[in-house]
Order: sequence, then structure tokens, then C-alpha cells
Amino acid sequence: MNTLNTNDLLKQGAIWGFIVLELVFFTVAGKYLSLSQNAFMDLDNMLLLFKQSAPIGIIALGMTVIMINGNIDLSVGAIFALCAVVLLDSMSWPFLTGLGDWVIPVSWGLALLTGVVLGAINGLIVWKTGVDAFIVTLGAMLGYRGLVFMFNGEQPTSHLNWTLVDFAEAQFLGLHTATWFLLGVAVALWLLMTRTVHGRNAYAIGDNREAAVNAGIRVGPHMMINFMIIGFLAGLSAVVFYSESGSVNPNDGSLYELWAITAVVLGGTKLTGGSGSIISTLGGVLAIQLLRKGLGHIGADTETVNLVIGSILIAVLFLDRQLNRKAKGELRT
Amino acid sequence: MAEMTKRDVGQFLARQGILVAFVIFIIGFTLANQRFLAVDNVLGVIRSSAILGVMALGVTFVVISGNLDLSVGSMMSFSTIVVLDLHDKIGPSLAIPAMFAMTMCLGALIGFLVGYLKLNSLIVTLGMLSAIHGLTLTYSGGKNMDIADKEGTWFSLFGQGSALGIPVPILMFALLAALLSLLLAKTAFGRKVYAVGGNGVAATFSGIRRARVVFLTYVISSFCVACAGLLQASRSMGSQNTVGQGLELEVLAAVILGGASLLGGSGTVFKTVIGVLILGFIQNGLLLVGLEFYVQYVVTWVIIILAVWLDIAANRGRLWSPIA
Repeated sequence: MNTLNTNDLLKQGAIWGFIVLELVFFTVAGKYLSLSQNAFMDLDNMLLLFKQSAPIGIIALGMTVIMINGNIDLSVGAIFALCAVVLLDSMSWPFLTGLGDWVIPVSWGLALLTGVVLGAINGLIVWKTGVDAFIVTLGAMLGYRGLVFMFNGEQPTSHLNWTLVDFAEAQFLGLHTATWFLLGVAVALWLLMTRTVHGRNAYAIGDNREAAVNAGIRVGPHMMINFMIIGFLAGLSAVVFYSESGSVNPNDGSLYELWAITAVVLGGTKLTGGSGSIISTLGGVLAIQLLRKGLGHIGADTETVNLVIGSILIAVLFLDRQLNRKAKGELRT
Repeated sequence: MAEMTKRDVGQFLARQGILVAFVIFIIGFTLANQRFLAVDNVLGVIRSSAILGVMALGVTFVVISGNLDLSVGSMMSFSTIVVLDLHDKIGPSLAIPAMFAMTMCLGALIGFLVGYLKLNSLIVTLGMLSAIHGLTLTYSGGKNMDIADKEGTWFSLFGQGSALGIPVPILMFALLAALLSLLLAKTAFGRKVYAVGGNGVAATFSGIRRARVVFLTYVISSFCVACAGLLQASRSMGSQNTVGQGLELEVLAAVILGGASLLGGSGTVFKTVIGVLILGFIQNGLLLVGLEFYVQYVVTWVIIILAVWLDIAANRGRLWSPIA
């Protein structure tokens, strides 16, 4: 038992160890290489790091749930963009403009509803047709993107509401609004996955779908709920991000799905489903953002970030497999 | 044998549904716009699909062997940038083989990671998507690449030239499709690709070296990507670093549309060509009837899901999933 526990601890803690390593490395390297006088571990810098992690982070947390469930969602970037368009466009709809600042909660509600509906469509298709989630959401990635374009053509959609910008830039107890959302979502999903029947069933379905069916778990509704959750979170991410920036291009959010999946995998969640943790994904998100910031800090070109992240992803995969070898006498193929 | 029951017709429709849909589309668009089937329009469609198509040919091998390749888009950007840069430095006749060698090294690296180290192909190629994008940006310093003397070089031949009245990209696409089709359908290697994708363990026990087969599928894929990069570079004679961004998923969409299963073991080069052409003709047809280009995304979405759904439904003998 004892060895098992250390092994588990090693796996769970690996991403946090990596973050500490990054902090130490960039702090030390920054002393010699950085052009700026500021220390890397500056408080403002770290607060900003959390804020910048929020848009991808919120989506990645939802992606964790989907992947624990044994599915994948490639359409989150498009859902993100469509929710953003709904958010900003709805603020100038004639019958809503009379509301004054009350238009904000209404627009937020509409954006979030859009996300939930788009997620539900994906979930329903996966459930009812039996087509693999990879294909369903690959198609939806194109389809939803088309819907984004249909809204305003190739024009950006803009609407700046200063009350909203003030809210998005506010700091409560030192943390930015976006950070609170990120942490709130993390806590909520952590509770959902570890303390509820739905969470337990989601793990069971991802681990062994046949067994879950035989145990009487209704696989379909659980998968659909999870797709609605990630749709909602993609909407929330759009709400958090675009409340501040106030302008969305029709191509915004493309490749977000890949960044989110990268963060989730760095956090140690398996593509095959059945295992993974929300908190580790939060670690994965922070690790990536730290890497971006850190490389910028020591004066490396921003281009190298992609190279480093890609290499780390593959290295993590390799190490993970070496640590998790089931048996020495594995079939040599 | 002669009597076709209703069920047989249903089965036929489900199995060949994608061809039937293709024919219906063509008839519909032709009725809506006479120009749709004009020779120059058809050639134009195939020509503009050729780059996507060439990449899809290679990915077909990867998918049949039961893996995925998400790195082809950024790899195509890489080969385009490299060949454009080297063109001005060492001349086209050296730049092209050098670019092929560099691109296929990347393919070999992925093949090594997925084949010999047996890492998950989705994550490896996702990582490579990011890494190769970074590599391209580092190589070019983030700048656009342009050929300095656009008139004084024969390099434009591949993307813009034509032989016997047929544009070179089409000839290249057709030639590659024919060669790879032979390789997949008529050689021992081709059978091994199906075997590995169909049942990897069984293939291993029958003495097939799974790792080597997977490795080679990625090398083939990178070769096709290099061809696509060559076509792209030669067509535009200049390029951004992000020219291939997002293509990986469109390529995959074309391969799936052609009927290859993501689980591996099924699909053909011919079907992939059909998938590519369907995407191209739908895009063109929608433009000709006066719709915006983005309408094709929505149409593609519906078609992909319907195509795969019908295929699955035909196999399990019922329309709706049995999942509770």
C-alpha cells in the first residue's frame, strides 16, 4: 500500500512540482537574462497570470469533465466565439436597450444559454446517434463557426459597455474578476466530480462504458449533461473575456480546443477516460501560462513558447507511460 | 440474388450514401446554376481542392492504421515557409529536395514516437502541431516569406502551370492518388496497414511489425504534406507562417466524409478523394448559388454527422443508438 500511495502522490503532485520548478528557473534565469528590472515573482505579475489564465482555464476545466467521461469536445472554440457574439450583439438589440445597465445580466444570460444549447445539441447527437464525440464535435467546430460568421459576416462585432468594463477590471480581495470566476468554476466542478452521484457516474462511464451500462447507469443523459456543462463554461469564458475587451472577431477562439486539451493532458487526465482531476487541470493551465510569461520574461522569443509547450506535452506523455507500465512482460509490438 | 428487398436498398443507400448524396448535390447545383458543371469550373474546384486533397491522401493511411494526425496543418506551413526561404538561398532545384527531406524528418519523428514508443497519436500530433508551429516561427523569425524574383524562376510551375490543358496541381493530386491507391490496395504493405488498424494485437501475432507499419504511415503522410507545401508555395510565391493553420481538422473531415473509420481498419484512397471533392464542390456550389462562403461550414457539419451516422446505423442494423 505504501508504495502505491507514494506513486499516486508522485502522479498527482507532478504538475505542482513542475510549476515550482518553472518558478525557480524563471526567477533565477530572470536575474541574469531579463531586460526588465522587475522580479518574476512579483505579486502583480502573479495576479495578472491568474487573470490571463482564466479564458482558456475555464474551458479546460470543463474539458476535464468531458475527458473523464471518455469523450472529447473540439467545438469549444466555436462555442466560445458564438457566445461572445451573442453577448455583444444582444446589448444593442432594440428591445433590450431600454433596460439601461440591466441589459448586462440579460445579455450574460443569453450568452450562457447559447453555450448550454450548443453543448446540448452536441450531447444529444452523441447520445442518440452513437457517433463518436470526436467526429460530432469536429463537425460542430465547423458548423458553429459558420453560425458565428452568419451573425455579422466577416465584420467584428463590437459593443463597449463601461459599467461592464469596470466590473471586469475590478479587483475584489486583490484578485481580478476573471480570477474569481476561474477559482469559482474550479471549486464547483471539483465538488461536482468528487461529491456527487453525477461525478461518480461520469468516472464510471469513462472507465468502462459497458460495465457502467450493466450497472444500470444511464450513460446518455450523463454524457449530455457534461456537454451542456462544457457549453456553459465556454459561454462563461466568453462572458469573462469579452466583458472587458468589447469586440469579437469571427475567428476568435479557434484552436482554443487544442490549448484546453493540452492543459488537461498536462494535468494528467487520460484521453481514454475514467481518471483525472479538476485540480490538476488547474495546475496544467497555470503551468502553461507561467511558461508563456516566463519565456517572455527571460527574453526568449514568443515563438519558442509553442515549441517548448509541444515538446513538454510529448515528454509528459512519455514519462507518464514509463511510470504507468502495467507489466514488464507487456506485449512487444 | 436478383430480388432486392427494401432492406437491401436501405443497406445500399447507407453504405454508398456518401456517393448518392454527392450525385444529388451535383444534380441540384447544376439545376440551380448552369455554370456549375462547366469544364473550367470543375477544373477550378479540383484545383483549389488539390492542396487539401494531397494532405488527405496521406492522412488516410494514418487513419486506416488506427491513428490520428493533427500536425499536418502546421507541418504544411513549415514546408511552405522552408521551401520559399531556401528558394532564394540555394535555388529551386536544391530547395525542393531539401524541403522534402526536412518535412519527412518531422514525419519520421512522429512515426517514431507513435510507432516505436507507442505513445497516443492524438496527443503526440497535438504536441507536434504546437511544436512545429513554433519551429516555423523560429525559422522565419515570424516574418512572411516571399520569393524576391517572382518572374525569373520556374518555381511557379507546380502551383500555376498546366500541362495538356490540365493544371499541374490536379495532375499531381491525381498521380499521387493513383500511386497511393495502388500502394494501399495492391501491395503487402497496404494489407498490413489495414491489419494493424483493424486489430493491432492480431496483426502482431501474425508477425506484422506494427511499429514499422505505423512509422511508415507517418512518413507517407509527411511526404504528402511536403507535396502540399510545394503546391501552396508555388501557387502563392509567398506565404504567412500560419498558411496551414486549421487545415488539419478540415483534412480529417474530408477523410471521415470519405468513410474511413477513426477506429482504423477501414477506408480507401478513392473514398478520401470523393470526400475531398464533396467538400470542394459543396463550397463551390454554395458560392455559385450566391451564398456566402461560411454557409459551407454549416452544410459540412450536417453532412459529416449524417454520413457517419448512416454508416454506423447500417452496421448495427438500427438507426438510433442503443445507449440508454
